[in-house]
Amino acid sequence: MSGPRKPRGLTVYAIAYLIFLYAPIILLPMFAFNASTIIAFPLQGFTTEWFVRLTGVQALHTAVRTSLFIAVVSAILATILGMCAARAGTRYEFPGKGGILGLIMLPLVLPEIIVAVSLLVVVVQILQFPLSAWTVIMAHTLICTPFCIAILNSSFQNLDASLEEAAIDLGESRWNAFRLVTLPLVTPGIIASLLISFTISLDEFIIAFFLTGSEPTLPVYIWGLLRFPQQLPVVMALGTILVALSILLLIVAEYFRRRGVRRAGKTETGGFL
Amino acid sequence: MGEVFWVGGRVAVRHLDRDSRRGLLLVSPTAIYAILLLAVPLSAVVLFSFWTQDFLTVDRTLTLANYREAIAEPLFRVLMLRSLTISAVVTAVTVILAFPVAYYVSFHVRPDRKALWIFLITIPFWTSYLVRVFLWKVILGFNGVLNTSLQGIGLIDEPLTFILYNANAVVITLAHAFAPFAILPIFVSLEKIDRSLLEASMDLGENRVTTFLRVTLPLAMPGVVAAVLIVFIPTVGDYVTPRLVGGPDGLMIANMIQTQFLRLNNAPMGATLAIIAMALVTVVSLIFVGLNRRYLRGQKR
Amino acid sequence: MSSDKALISLRDVDKFYGDYHALRDVSLDIFPGEFFSLLGPSGCGKTTLLRTIAGFEDVSSGTLSIGGQDMAGVAANRRPTNMVFQSYAIFPHLTVAENVGFGLRRSNYSRGERHARVSDALEMVGLGGYGKRAAHALSGGQRQRVALARALILKPKVLLLDEPLSALDKKLREQMQVELIRLQRQVGITFVLVTHDQEEALIMSDRIAVMFEGRIAQLEEPEALYQRPGSRQVAEFIGVMNFLGAHVISNEGNALELDVAGLGHAVIGRDQCPGGPVSGMCHVGIRPETMTLLFEDRGDGPVADGVVDEVVYYGDMTYYDIKLDGVPKPITLSMKNMIGRPVLDIGTRTKVGWDPRALVAFS
Repeated sequence: MSGPRKPRGLTVYAIAYLIFLYAPIILLPMFAFNASTIIAFPLQGFTTEWFVRLTGVQALHTAVRTSLFIAVVSAILATILGMCAARAGTRYEFPGKGGILGLIMLPLVLPEIIVAVSLLVVVVQILQFPLSAWTVIMAHTLICTPFCIAILNSSFQNLDASLEEAAIDLGESRWNAFRLVTLPLVTPGIIASLLISFTISLDEFIIAFFLTGSEPTLPVYIWGLLRFPQQLPVVMALGTILVALSILLLIVAEYFRRRGVRRAGKTETGGFL
Repeated sequence: MGEVFWVGGRVAVRHLDRDSRRGLLLVSPTAIYAILLLAVPLSAVVLFSFWTQDFLTVDRTLTLANYREAIAEPLFRVLMLRSLTISAVVTAVTVILAFPVAYYVSFHVRPDRKALWIFLITIPFWTSYLVRVFLWKVILGFNGVLNTSLQGIGLIDEPLTFILYNANAVVITLAHAFAPFAILPIFVSLEKIDRSLLEASMDLGENRVTTFLRVTLPLAMPGVVAAVLIVFIPTVGDYVTPRLVGGPDGLMIANMIQTQFLRLNNAPMGATLAIIAMALVTVVSLIFVGLNRRYLRGQKR
Repeated sequence: MSSDKALISLRDVDKFYGDYHALRDVSLDIFPGEFFSLLGPSGCGKTTLLRTIAGFEDVSSGTLSIGGQDMAGVAANRRPTNMVFQSYAIFPHLTVAENVGFGLRRSNYSRGERHARVSDALEMVGLGGYGKRAAHALSGGQRQRVALARALILKPKVLLLDEPLSALDKKLREQMQVELIRLQRQVGITFVLVTHDQEEALIMSDRIAVMFEGRIAQLEEPEALYQRPGSRQVAEFIGVMNFLGAHVISNEGNALELDVAGLGHAVIGRDQCPGGPVSGMCHVGIRPETMTLLFEDRGDGPVADGVVDEVVYYGDMTYYDIKLDGVPKPITLSMKNMIGRPVLDIGTRTKVGWDPRALVAFS
């Protein structure tokens, strides 16, 4: 069989498209190290002043701590909930399965503002609870769970159902069979799921904007900065750090996800979604 | 354990076997969470839309007043229509631009490189949305990257002004933000196509173009439909992009919902607008799926 | 056969999945040391039956006992059975030795004893020295051996095998069939094999239960099953059998006088009606290898006339479709190929020698 013919035009287009996708990310560090308060070309020279300034802002540090707390807790909760649903969905047939899983996956397509608004109505208007980091955690767990399920599904799906049965057949209890066989095999998927939901929660703005209490998350803090032109270079520096961190987390997550797929002895070409 | 549930309008009592019970038990924490934090709040929004704001208190008598006002108020109508139009354009642009990329990766990239391409395509999606949108403002601005570059190479004399603080800017920015959402489902459906079908088509006398039109495209349609829905539905409710790059003429319904909730403290009206927006999105989506019914038949879940 | 000697005993077992009736009124006894096969087409319930014995499925009604003990409410991990799965279910994250020793985790053996037992088990299946290998790097045949060692190391009363050879290619499958028989004789454990391959069942089993649609259609030793199938369905599933219309001329004492379409007059014994008494119009079955083409007009037995309709050359054998005079549907017969024996052309008139002892009659 002859290999696929590579049409030049399509290749050029695909590369141009990638450049379009990466344009903002490439520009970000350029302005972060640019010695000018105006975010425009031509660049004025190299400086690390904006990064240095980040270290001195107390409000920023508080926002980072709040965001990290929210992201860690949301990631753990979403991954636990995701594991339950992914295992139930891949392993068992039960009445109402389609509807139940449909509801759980719904936040994937629901505009985030709808999630934000509906929780705001319940928490503030009906329950009259004060807004806090926990209201954001509740919402972030909700929107992260479908992503966790998508990742964990591929881990659980690649698992031969008879592996656990074999462990039971060899004398282990149901729980030990899960612990000794399934858990080690899906661990890479669990790590990927934790990292992805951490990243989503850390970046999420609109829900946090609606539901955050007196302590803003990092994106909400950045949103506030965007109104002050003299603060923009600092935002660029902060954004650079965030993007670098996100990419790092994603590479680690992708590594674990693929290792999980490999462990189960399969090859595949899909991405996160 | 016996359980009563509805099957086709009839009450059926069925003996649930061991697997069903285990499955239900296992899915229940997640399901209960989704019910409490999604189904119940969404229902609350529906309920709220039938109440009215009476200065500082909410009047809890059920009324259609909000809906009447929402339909009568020209500003709401404009915003609603603009949101749908912008989303439709964004969806069309995003999907049309994305299809060739998905096709390229699926058909012309070496199998061992596909995962890398998909990874590269998804990375920008995971990086701070807020900062990304803001950078489009920098790129598209009067003294922005695009204008200075184009002026630098002598393509234009005056900065282009039609690309920022209007609907165009919103379309460009959203098309960028939702690119991976469009590429992935199309890629997945292209990957599923048995390559021997294309050879069969060639063998039966079709050329590359007609094979694409008669075999590849119809088989990729489920992915295209999924891409359209997954782009169209969330973009209608986007808040950040219109606010940052839209200018006064690029604002969308989400901005008004936010205003009603957080500025005007009129939660019932905000809820009403959210419901109307969701209803319109649902109707448009259903019509779209209906039109593409024949491509979706025989699709297994 | 009395059931008190049986190792595995099923009585009136039914199994439903929702409305689907997977096992229908199954009763059978499996005896210690037997190589027992469950044979049938896919969806006949044979795997469900095996998984019921293993404890992975509940019975909807009826009883199952192993070693005289009722198994109701006894979970799979507490049953004296071990299983070789169709996919082998080798734990991919463990080494070969860790796989084989998996079931010893909860035993009281010392580390050294455990190690020795794993080595012995690997030696037994011909994988001595493979212990440190990663499980996911094994070939199909090696996986199967690991699965066997892993199950047998626990010395179960019963080894359950779910289509263990179906994933192997033909050569390896034939080799493993012989090895499994040898292994079963060596360890003396009762083997219960599920297969859809009738040849495999005939080669390996002491007794075979043929299943259709959740029911046991016939339970016999291989030879009796092949030569005296209890119904047309069984006869057609096991090997090839030709069917010819016939009618009973007389039915006296122990003998049955038949007029068979294409073959003519035949007298058969009552034991040649394994499906029960036959009268009036009936069907007569005859296996391809019990008939011969008479190249030179000789032979002492009964002879039928016909025309060669199709010839299929198999190397060691040649299969002929012959249209017997007066029978529209051709019958198949097989001839061993020998030096100097010609292969006939299509359209040749020929004589077919047959033996009334090879006939079976069904109503």
